[in-house]
Amino acid sequence: MKHNNYFKVFTLTSIWAWLSIFVLLSFCMTLIASLLTPNEQTIFSLPFTLSNYTQLFNLIYVKIFLKSLYLALLCTSICLLLGYPFAYFLTKTNEKYREFLLILLIIPFWTSSLIRTYAIIAIIKTKGVLNTLLISLGIIHHPLQLLFTNTAVIIGLVYNLLPFMILPLYANLEKHDQSLIEAAKDLGATKFTIFKRITLPLSMPGIISGAILVILPSMTLFYIPDLLGGAKSLLLGNLIEYQFLTAHNWSQGSATSMLLTLLMGLLLIVYWHSMKKTNTKEFS
Amino acid sequence: MSKNQNKLGNCFLGSTYAFLYLPILILIALSFNNARYSTTWHGFSWQWYSLLFQDTDLWISALHSLVLGVTAGCISTLLGTLAAIALFRFKFQGKSLLQGLIFVLIVIPDIVLGIALLMLFSKIQVPLGFFSLLLAHITFCLPFVIVTIFGRMTHIDKNIFEAAKDLGASEFIIFFKVTIPMLLPAIIAGLLLSFTLSFDDVMISYFVSGPSFEILPLKIFAMAKLGIKPELNALCTIIFLITIVTTFSAQLFLRKNKHA
Repeated sequence: MKHNNYFKVFTLTSIWAWLSIFVLLSFCMTLIASLLTPNEQTIFSLPFTLSNYTQLFNLIYVKIFLKSLYLALLCTSICLLLGYPFAYFLTKTNEKYREFLLILLIIPFWTSSLIRTYAIIAIIKTKGVLNTLLISLGIIHHPLQLLFTNTAVIIGLVYNLLPFMILPLYANLEKHDQSLIEAAKDLGATKFTIFKRITLPLSMPGIISGAILVILPSMTLFYIPDLLGGAKSLLLGNLIEYQFLTAHNWSQGSATSMLLTLLMGLLLIVYWHSMKKTNTKEFS
Repeated sequence: MSKNQNKLGNCFLGSTYAFLYLPILILIALSFNNARYSTTWHGFSWQWYSLLFQDTDLWISALHSLVLGVTAGCISTLLGTLAAIALFRFKFQGKSLLQGLIFVLIVIPDIVLGIALLMLFSKIQVPLGFFSLLLAHITFCLPFVIVTIFGRMTHIDKNIFEAAKDLGASEFIIFFKVTIPMLLPAIIAGLLLSFTLSFDDVMISYFVSGPSFEILPLKIFAMAKLGIKPELNALCTIIFLITIVTTFSAQLFLRKNKHA
């Protein structure tokens, strides 16, 4: 029994120590910094103030926040519209190939989204692959101006984040009890009714976890608008980057970051609520 | 399911996979294109790769990224394995808190973690460079390692540990003779995945790196801001191939005798 204790104490202490210092402590510091007064010499100092938060209601910040939210919601909707049928069809494929198809989907999940964003530039720039192709096919006569627009940012975000929507959706759809659908069919339900009354409600946790994994990065991946959107396109992520590294206003940046954390908290509450409702457990 | 619907489904899957992979394939093709500015094909050439190999600065940052990825990967795998074993085998106070924290760490936007770490490092005076990057990379790799290894453990029959104990094995022996061998594929997968995460990270490194220790992803970011360059196409191709190989092998390890 004694050995057991040593091992247990050692593992638990090491993981808790690490997470306490680098996650909890550092996060508390962000919280405290967001409540301090910005200062030229020491970055921030006493007294405590709420002004960093009240300043977030400035028209410029509200505009950035709304625009960022709009782009993120648009990106999430597109990912859902593409990702849901994709995940659904994937569950219907032959099991022999499915494993391989899944790996093909997981690869973009792990590999550099910076490189994938860079690849988009070569395609959509004025003299890029897409314009060359469309002009040589005679579909358009003047090159499309896509790069450095909001459309380019949306393309980049969807391209990078689509797998993050598909994987949780697939994990959810795969687990659905087919006997429920058989029973509904036997009772005369149409395909539409089955989808609306069984498949869709059961897949809510998958939809929500996919949405969380898409919406938060699409507000914060600042290098996507940096590379595809030009200078005008400012997301919440670009704002935080600017506040920290250019304006050196760490308190203001911390307050913006807390706002983002609050949004994450709200989304997680929605997620846990939906899990309780459908009574499924997943760790994804 | 009707045949037509099947066909429709396969078309949809096919075109989405094309959407996911065509840009990368085009990038790879362009890296062999014998032209500096054009995106049409002008014949095959290795010249951008040889140009790349002459760039000493790039070699140094590549070496930095490699060292960082391997070190961060090893330490986070070690720590993550211990944590996953503790979560699987022991009952302890604050267990659901720990699980919740790991879950939140996966979901949290990278930028939030990045600035929190920047704040911590500046207050406890860790100079921005190799060390700050290492601590940050271990922190963001940890939850992914834990989830990867924990996921594999759910296939293990807990009675094995009881049996080993009944036969008189100490916790030390159980760890090295039972737990580690059974988890080895997942541990290797965790190591490969955390290396990939570290090797590719931009968001967090952007905040916690310093001029003394340049790494590849940040260098690529700076170069990409200036637009398309054939040397950069070649560099991205190489990195993409390295990470595809590590991710793919990680997946193979994870799927190996899953049901054993």
